[in-house]
Amino acid sequence: MKSEILAIACVAVSLRSIVSLYSFSGFDSPPMYGDYEAQRHWQEVTINLEPGQWYTNSSDNDLQYWGLDYPPLTAHHSYLIGRIAESIDPRFIELHKSRGFQSRLHKSFMRLTVLTGDILIYLPAILGVCICIDKSFQSKSLLFSFMLFAAYPGQVLIDNGHFQYNNVSLGLAAAAIAAILHGKQYIAAFAFTLALNYKQMELYHSIPFFTYILGECLAANSLRLFAVKLGITATIVLATFCLLWYPWSGSLHAVAEVLHRLFPLGRTVFEDKVSNFWCSLNIIWKLKQHVLNNHMALVCLAFTLISALPTNITLYRKRCKMGFLLSLFNTAIAFFLFSFQVHEKTILLAALPSLCLLTWWPNEIILFLEMSVFTMLPLLQRDGLLVPSLACVLIYHLICQCFYSETRPSSGQKAFLYISKICLIAIVGASLIIKAPSRYPDLWPLITSVIGCAYLAFFLLWGNFQHLTCKGEAV
Amino acid sequence: MNPNPMILKKDCFWQLVGISTGLKILLIPANHSTDFEVHRNWLAITHSLPLNRWYFEDTSEWTLDYPPFFAYFEWLLSQVARFVDPRMLIVENLNYESKATLYFQRLSVTAMDLIYVLGVRSCLSALGVVKGSQQFFAGSLLLLLNVGLIFVDHIHFQYNGFMFGILLLSISALIRQRFLWSAFAFAVLLNFKHIFLYLAPPFGVYLLRFYCLEQANVKGGSFWKSLFKLLAVGLAPFVVSFGPFWNQLPQIMSRLFPFNRGLTHAYWAPNIWALYNTADKVAANVLKKASAGPSTTSGLVQQIDHSVLPTITPSMTFGLTIVFMLPILLKLFKSSKKQSPLMFLRAVVLCACSSFMFGWHVHEKAILMCLIPLSLLTLVNREDARYAYILGIAGYFSLFPLLFDIDLYVPRYSLYLSYMAMLYGQLYRIFSGFKGFHWLEWAYMLGFIAIPLYEHIISRLLGLHIRLPFMPLLLTSTYSALGVVYFFGRYYLYAMGVSWPKVAAPKATATYSSSAKRKRKTK
Repeated sequence: MKSEILAIACVAVSLRSIVSLYSFSGFDSPPMYGDYEAQRHWQEVTINLEPGQWYTNSSDNDLQYWGLDYPPLTAHHSYLIGRIAESIDPRFIELHKSRGFQSRLHKSFMRLTVLTGDILIYLPAILGVCICIDKSFQSKSLLFSFMLFAAYPGQVLIDNGHFQYNNVSLGLAAAAIAAILHGKQYIAAFAFTLALNYKQMELYHSIPFFTYILGECLAANSLRLFAVKLGITATIVLATFCLLWYPWSGSLHAVAEVLHRLFPLGRTVFEDKVSNFWCSLNIIWKLKQHVLNNHMALVCLAFTLISALPTNITLYRKRCKMGFLLSLFNTAIAFFLFSFQVHEKTILLAALPSLCLLTWWPNEIILFLEMSVFTMLPLLQRDGLLVPSLACVLIYHLICQCFYSETRPSSGQKAFLYISKICLIAIVGASLIIKAPSRYPDLWPLITSVIGCAYLAFFLLWGNFQHLTCKGEAV
Repeated sequence: MNPNPMILKKDCFWQLVGISTGLKILLIPANHSTDFEVHRNWLAITHSLPLNRWYFEDTSEWTLDYPPFFAYFEWLLSQVARFVDPRMLIVENLNYESKATLYFQRLSVTAMDLIYVLGVRSCLSALGVVKGSQQFFAGSLLLLLNVGLIFVDHIHFQYNGFMFGILLLSISALIRQRFLWSAFAFAVLLNFKHIFLYLAPPFGVYLLRFYCLEQANVKGGSFWKSLFKLLAVGLAPFVVSFGPFWNQLPQIMSRLFPFNRGLTHAYWAPNIWALYNTADKVAANVLKKASAGPSTTSGLVQQIDHSVLPTITPSMTFGLTIVFMLPILLKLFKSSKKQSPLMFLRAVVLCACSSFMFGWHVHEKAILMCLIPLSLLTLVNREDARYAYILGIAGYFSLFPLLFDIDLYVPRYSLYLSYMAMLYGQLYRIFSGFKGFHWLEWAYMLGFIAIPLYEHIISRLLGLHIRLPFMPLLLTSTYSALGVVYFFGRYYLYAMGVSWPKVAAPKATATYSSSAKRKRKTK
């Protein structure tokens, strides 16, 4: 068993390192390049400037050119990597001059930093989640769930292909989930605060964490115990925040500046074609012509909260581990569908909790996971990652096929799964063969996003239904 | 609400085929060796030149040096390549590597692996491995996702997969007692790649003993009639293959057997000569003797002279190989019918290993000729599995120098580790109460961790990577050689049925010398 866990972890590492051989976002495409350059640029900025200047526009820090727009932990991480880069070759991060720097060695170095994140944070964290699920629910499917967690193509393709460090934030969030399942709420609060300080998108997961931990505190027998629990949790969270935000703690203005970078209300409601509600609505009802951008942000907030509310109320009223996982899943989808400034990649935040549910509903969740990669295909295709994407999905699908469980899907379910899969494959196939007409160059990404949106809406309803009817034992 | 456990399907053969295909497609951009250009050049030669110039053409330094069937195969491929990118078919277009060429060549290897898949399938059923059993799953996993083949074929670039497929088909035909088919397949294989000649003795002995002699006794057929049939079937592929070249045989032979190369390859394959070269180096250093001529580590493919120890000649290596093949062949000849398939596989492994140990200019890739038949034995016998594991650890590790690109470091270690760890898990699942390994064997296997540690960290910290650049290669080949020698000695004794005295220290070199002594006694 132990050697097999090692084997799976190594398979995960090899999958990631092989995908790393392919090209990355913004390869050879000046003047803006892509996410790879963004990460390199952040190293350049954090190494060369004082922390107080990191989020501020200046002659040395042009925020129009990939200004830092993630929370401080990302900045600290960039600083750390920047230090290593400096020791290898100072040209990697020279101020101003290093823009668009590309070399084989640099690519190997950058890829290795992502891989390090996988090895040190993501893989141990998901192994922890798998062990905790296995222990909490006696699922006896540790190897299965670890395999499917580790080989999930979405995260691999975005982090090791497209180039990002979602593995760090997702890994920290996974560690927090594992801690909750293991009944260690303080550790959970700490890990989740770190995750939130790595990427603000972790807000997608925040409501269930908040609800669960608050519920846990309220469930204390006495007022004193309640106060102690709440106090410790609050101290941990606030202390972590203070530590990470220390460089900006001098003035409220500095903090406001950082916050403004993190939540850019000036940007549009969605970018490119993303499988959420607003993008789909935009086809028939042009949002820009009808709603002001500021109002739009409020509308988004309202819609998001309303759609995330039912599952969190259910969680609060009947606190159970199963409910917690379902609620994470539902809330993340609700955020993805309705919130402001959504990227295609943020679907990964919904994929993480869905992976936790894999052993209960393998067929449905595998459809969800494959659909999530499907919605990112236009993005991956732009980065020249079409071949590895299709190969990874093929491998993933076949790995799933190697397992079976006693629960057989009903014929209705079976038909639904088959039709869905044929539909997804047909659209991918058609988009590769048939060229979009010149009047609508974005035809295929648009179709992809609408279909993705429909599936997500379906899964939101499905998840809420499962949560309402869930018969978990209260903690 | 507890979920139902997810259970592994044990008969997911075709799923594993798909997974391995996916993995091979993923590996397309991996850094390949000059063998990629070698094969492109052969495509160009066979496509654009008339047949009689194939073996004379030398515009590129990578001249055609495989037997004619392989040349025909390249010609067939070139008929497809025409439509992909005709520029790859121009002989003068040296080192041409367009995206289309890359995809075409890589995918042709992957597509040809279908023959390997059939071979694996056929061997598993010939060995009587029940579909859906743990053995079946382990066998599919071990062979279909064989890490050695992935390294050599899909990263380094070669077409070994389908040739091993033919070998497996031939082995399975032999086990099923379809002797003529087996002989035919093996003869075809020899005409694709002549290195498989080293495996010919066990096939020859087995067919002679259990086809010609046995058949003559049982069915009333005569020995000579069977022998004639066997020879006719076995020689037919040679006629078809070499026929068109009948007037240039000496030229082909000089291409196929280039004895002007050195005793060892630029990178020493982990065999007895690697230890011999190392001993020579050490002795030369100790005696402070200045070496004359190119040294063995200079990386040139040419004749080398040892500075202290006597120089080895091709005939000596040939003689040693034959001598070490003889005992196991004799044992195979004398084995009973019931035992024979197992004995045959062991003989194949040991003959491959003898040639690997003592052969002239052995490539590290040749270890696959031991490892793949040994994977079959792993499934059926726990002692064989134990030895196979030790050889696997050393043998697959010794392939690392083929994957020297910096981007391939992580893939090579992680693929290797996952394969070995998975195999270890499977051993315990197949054989309940698997004994495990002696602590010295453990120490040896874990010792391999030190080599990457030295190569990537220690040598860099001490600045040794500039002063002693060849050190990691030297360490890899000598340390792996210890394991291969140990395996060879122990496994030979085991296959010969000699029991091992409990008190003796299982030290690699000691094993080797004592095993040699023991063999003389048994003779």
